[in-house]
This record gives sequence, C-alpha cells and structure tokens, in this order.
Amino acid sequence: MNTWEYAESIESSSIVNIEKKYGIFIDGKFQTAKSKKFIKTISPSTEEVLSSISVGNKSDINSAVDSAKSGLKIWSKLSGTERAKYLFKLARLIQERSREFAVLESLDGGKPIKESRDFDLPQVAANFFYFAGWADKLDISWNTKGLKPYGIVGQIIPWNFPLLMLSWKVAPALATGNVVILKPAESTPLTALLFAELCEEVGLPPGVFNLVTGDGTTGAALVQHPDISKIAFTGSTAVGKYIQKETADRDIGLTLELGGKAANIVFNDAAIDQAVEGVVNGIFFNQGHVCCAGSRLVLQEDIHDEFVSKLEKRMQSLRVGNPLDKNTDIGAINSKEQLNKITSLVDEGVAEGGSIFQTECDLPSNGFWFKPTLFTNAQPSYKIAREEIFGPVLTTLTFRTPEEAIEISNNTEYGLSAGIWTEKGSKILWAADRLQAGVIWANTFNKFDPSSPFGGYKESGFGREGGRHGLLSYLKVQS
Amino acid sequence: MSLTKESQNTLNWSSTVELIDNLRVDEVGLKERVASLATRSIKKDSKLQALNYIVSMCDLTTLEGEDTEGKIGQMTAKAIRPDPSNLEVPSVAAVCVYPALVSKAKEMTLNSDVKVASVSSYFPSGQAPLESKILDTQFAIDQGADEIDIVINRKAFFEGDYRKMYDEIIALKEVCKSVHLKTILEVGELRTYENIKKASLISLAAGSDFIKTSTGKISNGSSREACYLMAKAVWDYKTVTGFKAGIKVAGGIRDSKDAIRYLVIVNEELGGEWLHPDYFRFGASSLVDDVLKQIKKLKTNAYQSSYYFPRG
Repeated sequence: MNTWEYAESIESSSIVNIEKKYGIFIDGKFQTAKSKKFIKTISPSTEEVLSSISVGNKSDINSAVDSAKSGLKIWSKLSGTERAKYLFKLARLIQERSREFAVLESLDGGKPIKESRDFDLPQVAANFFYFAGWADKLDISWNTKGLKPYGIVGQIIPWNFPLLMLSWKVAPALATGNVVILKPAESTPLTALLFAELCEEVGLPPGVFNLVTGDGTTGAALVQHPDISKIAFTGSTAVGKYIQKETADRDIGLTLELGGKAANIVFNDAAIDQAVEGVVNGIFFNQGHVCCAGSRLVLQEDIHDEFVSKLEKRMQSLRVGNPLDKNTDIGAINSKEQLNKITSLVDEGVAEGGSIFQTECDLPSNGFWFKPTLFTNAQPSYKIAREEIFGPVLTTLTFRTPEEAIEISNNTEYGLSAGIWTEKGSKILWAADRLQAGVIWANTFNKFDPSSPFGGYKESGFGREGGRHGLLSYLKVQS
Repeated sequence: MSLTKESQNTLNWSSTVELIDNLRVDEVGLKERVASLATRSIKKDSKLQALNYIVSMCDLTTLEGEDTEGKIGQMTAKAIRPDPSNLEVPSVAAVCVYPALVSKAKEMTLNSDVKVASVSSYFPSGQAPLESKILDTQFAIDQGADEIDIVINRKAFFEGDYRKMYDEIIALKEVCKSVHLKTILEVGELRTYENIKKASLISLAAGSDFIKTSTGKISNGSSREACYLMAKAVWDYKTVTGFKAGIKVAGGIRDSKDAIRYLVIVNEELGGEWLHPDYFRFGASSLVDDVLKQIKKLKTNAYQSSYYFPRG
C-alpha cells in the first residue's frame, strides 16, 4: 500500500516581533502597569514561553478609566465620518499586516495557521470595514436620531478567537461613539497588544482604546468600576452569571455571549457526504473551542450506521499537529486547564456508557493535545450530551421523527446555535421555526458575516453582535 | 445488495436502482470541501513523490483525425522513457489511441510495461447503435488493446433511460471480458453534481473497472469537483460491493500544480491505496512535460525549456 505523507510546510514565525515584556495601553501609549505583576504567556503547542504580560490591578483599571474619560471628551466631539476614518484605517492596516497577526494568533493560541490566515483575519478586517461604514449612518440605522452611546465600555473577551472577538467588540463600540477598555484573555493577549500598536500608528486619539491585560482579578476590577457604563462579555456562562449579579445594582448596560451545546440535526434526506463535512467543520473547527460549535450530532436513526461510518472515516483524515504547519487541520488545546477539563468530561462519558471513537494519530510530546473524539450510544441524560466541553468532542444522539429531533435539540439550558441538514426546503423552515437558538444554519455550519447578528437564547446570553442589531448593544435608545 | 453471479464487480439492475435512488449532493458544501483540499501545501520530498506518481499514472494520449503510425511511434517512445536525461523518472501507465492505431502502439510497447488503451464505442459522442459500439470495441481488443475507454450513452441518460445506459455498458463489458474497462461520463455535459454521481454509480454497477471524467474533446473536461464526487461514488460502491474501482481524470489538466490537487483529493477521500496506476490515472498530453520540468527543477534547481525534453 502506498502512503503519501505531506512534508512539513511551516509558516515562518520570523515575521512576528514579540517583546519580552508588555505593559498596558493607556492614554494612547504603552505604560508600565502599577501592579508591577507579570504572568507568562506560552505557546500551547510547545509550552515555550513567548512573553510576559502585565496583570492589571484596581489602580491600573482606575488609570484606564481616567484615560477613557479624557478619550471620550475628544471622541464624542468627532462626527461619525471622522470616527469612520480611524476605523477604516485600522481595517486597512489589519489587512496589510494580516500575516503577522495570523502567525501571532496561532503561536499564542494554538489554532491552525490555515484558520487564523483564512478565517480569523479576513473576518477581523471585515468587521472593522463593516462597522466603519455604520459610523456616519447611525441616524438611519433605526430611523431615529435618539441613539446615544453609553460612554465608557468595558469589554472582556475569550481565548478562542482572540483578535476576532476584539473586532466584534471594539469596532461597533468605537463606531457608535463609545470609548473602550479591553481586557483580553490571560492565555491569548498578544494579538490585542499588537492591535494597540496599530491604534498608536493610525493616531487614534489617546484614551479612545485602552488595553489592560491580566487575569480574572483584572476582569473583576473592570466589572466593579463604578464609572463603566456598559460591560460586554464573551466567555463562560459561569462568569457571565457572576457579572450579571455583580452589576445588578448599578445603572449599567450589559450584553453577554456565553456557552452553547448546539445541535446539528441530520435528517435522512440530507446530502450525506456534505452533511458529514458540515458536522466535522461544526465540531472540529478551532479544536472545538467555539461557543457555537455543533457539539451534539442529532442524527436520524435510520441513517445512523452509514453516517457514523462515513464520519469516522472522515475524522481519520484530520491532521493534528503543529499549528504553524499549513497542512494542520487540528491544532493545540489552548491551555493545560482546558485540556484537563476536556479529558475529565470525556472520561465521564466513557464511564456513563458512551462508545468512544478517536482518530488514530501521533500527538506531539510537548504542548496540549486532544484527539478528535466521537461518542455514539450516548443518551440525552449523559453529561457529555448536556455540558459544554469546548473541545474536539462530538456526542451523537438519535431521533425517530422530526418532532423528536426538535425536542432533543431544545432539551438544553443553552441556545446559541443549531444546524439543520436536509435537502427539503420546507423541513428547514419548519425546524428553524421551532429551534430555540439565536443562530440557525441550514446545510452549512459556522458561517459568519459582519452583517449578521450573533447571540444566544436562554443561558447562552443576551444582546447581539454584528449587523444592525449589533449597534444596539452600544447605543441607548431614546424616543 | 448482492453481486450478480456473472461478474465480480457488477450489480443487478434492481440493486443499481436502489443505489441511485434519492441521491443527493449539496453544491455549496461540495465546493467548499474541494476548495479546502486545494489549500494543502505540498513541498519538497512529498512534491517529488507526487510528481513521480503523476508520471506513472499518465495515459499519454493522442486522439486526432491526423494521427498516423509515425505520430504513435513518437508518443510511445516518450511513454516508455519520458525523460532520457533522468532514468529515475518512471514510464507512464499507458498510451491512449484510436482503434486503428492500436496495433502500432502495441508493437512499439512490446518490451515495456506501458499498456495500450483504445477508445471505442463511437468515441467521443457515442451516438451509434449498440451493435456498432460492440464491433468498434471488439476490433480494438482484437488489435491487442489492454484497456478500453468507452463513453456512456448520454442520449439515453438525458432521456431518463438509465436502464439503456446500464445495459450498454454491461454489453460492452461482456466484450471486454478481462480487458480493463474505463467508462467516460463526460461530466461537462452532465453538468449537475447529482448527474455526475448518478452516472458514476450506474457505470460502476454495470461493471466498469474505472470511471473517467471526460473525452477531452469538450472545453469543460475535468474538474476537481467531479473527481471528488467520483471518489465519493467509488467509496460508496466499495462499501456496498467490496469492489475497488479506479478513477481517470482527463480533459484540461495541464500543469503539475493542478494534477497534485487531484492527487490530494484521492489521497484524502479514498486513501493511499488509490495512489497507484491501477486505481488512478491522468489522461493527458501536455501534462507530462510540465511534470518533467518540475522534477528537474526539484533535482537541479533549474527550470528548463521544453526543448530539453523529447517530443511525444
């Protein structure tokens, strides 16, 4: 039998320039954090230390708020057209330096370069272009002039799509006339730090964009600061609930984009081969570190065996390895902590009685890795069918009738996304109407566009990002 | 589904109907998958390995009214030794000619591993009665052809008479016996992805050893999407019958980069087992020269002009 191995094709990391230590970005320039405390950020694929980043404390947040206040004075006097100019400049610069950002994202976060290069970065630039376009058209966005920015917005973003989540948050906030204090995830701060350099380069007025790196304590200090008028958070449901409780007594805006346990429903009249592709993309994209991942395969019983056999064969062709190799499909798990969480949930799945299939592949000896995993013979009551695993783990549940498919799909506290696979148009509309989820894909999965609002039902959060509706997350409506 | 007794790899008509019933292909998903496979980065040793595969999988082809024994002589000599300056380059898999030139090609390839393939069945249109197609095919076999490339009856296909299309292939397979049968779908005429998959499965069920994209006589000959779908059909057919069929892509594949992308599709959708001239072929005339240039480039770092390589 012939085997044809693909030689390594490594994207060069010489394009990125990582400092040994980073300060925080306040008043339009990098400053030493008052906390004088640093943590290391590592590459999850090698455990190599990339840099040391500041852990901002309460007084750093105070400085950021003071900086934001003076930034707001300038920013609020600019017309929408003027604000747009800065955003367009940022969008163009991101495009120009996209290779650098992509390499940095893959180094710091572990995602395959083909995803950071072909998905994350094009989306990031598109978001800045899109919201730059809205900046001078807010009065026609909802046919009212009674739209007012919140003022100082605190934004906390996760580690799965670091720069993309920055763009989802920063671009609409600035376009609508707010100023920003951003807290990136502690394991993936590097692209946000490079973005701050870009803000300096385009001459964004000091204090309009502020960046305080750090850990959970930094985030808590940001949430607790009384002069913050709005918090936008993307991350776990547990932290989302904490923020909601923490801010309950204050006059403060809040949007939360939290966890998910999306159903990917495959009916027996789907285009099977393409449904297999979509299911694979739905769960293994970005190692399954995706809040809208299609982590439950809800499969019609009469095609179960055929579908699972094709799915397992397809999974076996996934290439797990060095994120900087252009041929890598599945990169590293973002952190040791996340790997432990995935491992323990998968162990429980086996203990509860699920049948496990994992692709046969060699994993690198350093770094954090998990083999693409499929559970069959799982029941809706199992933990692997209920809890968000946030890793490359797919749980299969079966149904007999369309009604049962909907019941199983909605049988979760989450409601972020769902997928429907059938070649029958009327069935798509019927199912979409009944699914309790903020985003529904039909015969595709994980498709994003800056003009399409994204957000959850139930414990997946509230508020929308993207599109015209996304503007409302950063505007107060007065009529 | 069960195999018929007569032949190892044939399905009876009712099993064939079951196979093509409710066949569905999603165009968006298919194109996305094929586009993503095209981003594979094939470098260094794996590129050299691929280039050698491609040469060994080529059916060097001339199918023109102006073909003469002299032309066949040139082409077969090149088929046996594609690059006289580098003996590590393998022979191509076969030469592909019209029936009238099979005996000359056979004579030229006598002391080599290069096979002689003949088109038949009123290639390229197939617009003739079955009796004539049988005579055409029988003649090529009598002349010594090792492999027969027939065209499907597109008239019958588009008229919805799938049974007639199937029966014709069955009849031609009977003529072929152990001679290798490749069935050309002409995907550029079938147009839709459902049609391509349907025609693939019918051709396989009727006993084809290979399914082939195109005659090379129309402008939109091969496409990577068609190759991908044919790979899916080959896999489905193997799942049902256990028979491992081959694929030949022909029609407009002119450079190494494109050819490597086809190899990636086969490698990832069917597996390394299919990376062999018994299971995958390129029908080509100008592709070989580009591959030879690339091999030379990898070995010597010089990109040589065409006149360094023999005319075929």
